[in-house]
Amino acid sequence: MTLTIVLLGATALVGIGLYGALSQQSFVMLMMGLELMLNGALLAIIGFWSLSLGGMPEGQLMAIIVMAVMAVELAIGFALIVAVYRKRQADVTESIDTLRQ
Amino acid sequence: MTDLLVALLAVCAVWTGWRVFRVDSMVRATFSLMLSFVAVGAIGVLLSAPYIGVATVFMMAVEMMVMAIFMVMFMMNPAGLNPMSMVHQHRVSIGAGVLAFFGLAAAILVSRPPSNPVAPDADVVTELGLELLGPSMLIFETAGVTLLATMVGAVILSSRQGRFGSADEGSRPPGLTEGGDPAGQRPDGGGGGHHHHGGHG
Repeated sequence: MTLTIVLLGATALVGIGLYGALSQQSFVMLMMGLELMLNGALLAIIGFWSLSLGGMPEGQLMAIIVMAVMAVELAIGFALIVAVYRKRQADVTESIDTLRQ
Repeated sequence: MTDLLVALLAVCAVWTGWRVFRVDSMVRATFSLMLSFVAVGAIGVLLSAPYIGVATVFMMAVEMMVMAIFMVMFMMNPAGLNPMSMVHQHRVSIGAGVLAFFGLAAAILVSRPPSNPVAPDADVVTELGLELLGPSMLIFETAGVTLLATMVGAVILSSRQGRFGSADEGSRPPGLTEGGDPAGQRPDGGGGGHHHHGGHG
């Protein structure tokens, strides 16, 4: 029962994050969508580890890896935003359509 | 009791996550996202993962502070004084989000994962430490090297120019036809669609 609740919450977070990542024009808001999806993944991992893996230590390791992925995404994402802004004065996705057909 | 608390916190995480895309101020959105992470961390603490839960809260608090600074740097409307909605392909995005939710929710409700909760007296933090510096050390160290590479990459990407000046100085994208205009917009701006037709004739 608890596991179902936790997983449903994680699913909702992934869904909201997907909506945000697809719909937001601003780069920073887009990254918040990605963070929300990772948040859902983290919640699902915690739920599975605690309630259905019997406390296998590898489950906690996976949660730590997800946190590292979050940090990498944030750092590289902001660096890319700064680089694009320097080059194009752009802060929305519509401004970088050079490769668009 | 734990069930109720976990359900409450899950609802809280989802609600604050939803507020991220509904509030008018980017800074408020950042703090809303932070509350969502804090709720997830609290669920971790409740579900006998104290280290992961507390680490999530600490890490996300710092991360969201950094994010708030970037918000103020890049946003035209950090204070939320007027309504803000900057979206594209709105219907498709809503559809994709709803589809993802119902698809995954159906998978969860249909499947029966094994019920094997953590023993109440298990020493989970010690186990995690032994795992990190024992069998899974290579994975842990790989994460460390990845973070180092991230730092180097972030500095290179966000620095104004390279060691020998700007990397694309004097460069010009190739033309669509031989000697013709390059496709798309010029990286150096130019402004106003001024094109040289004909080229070398």
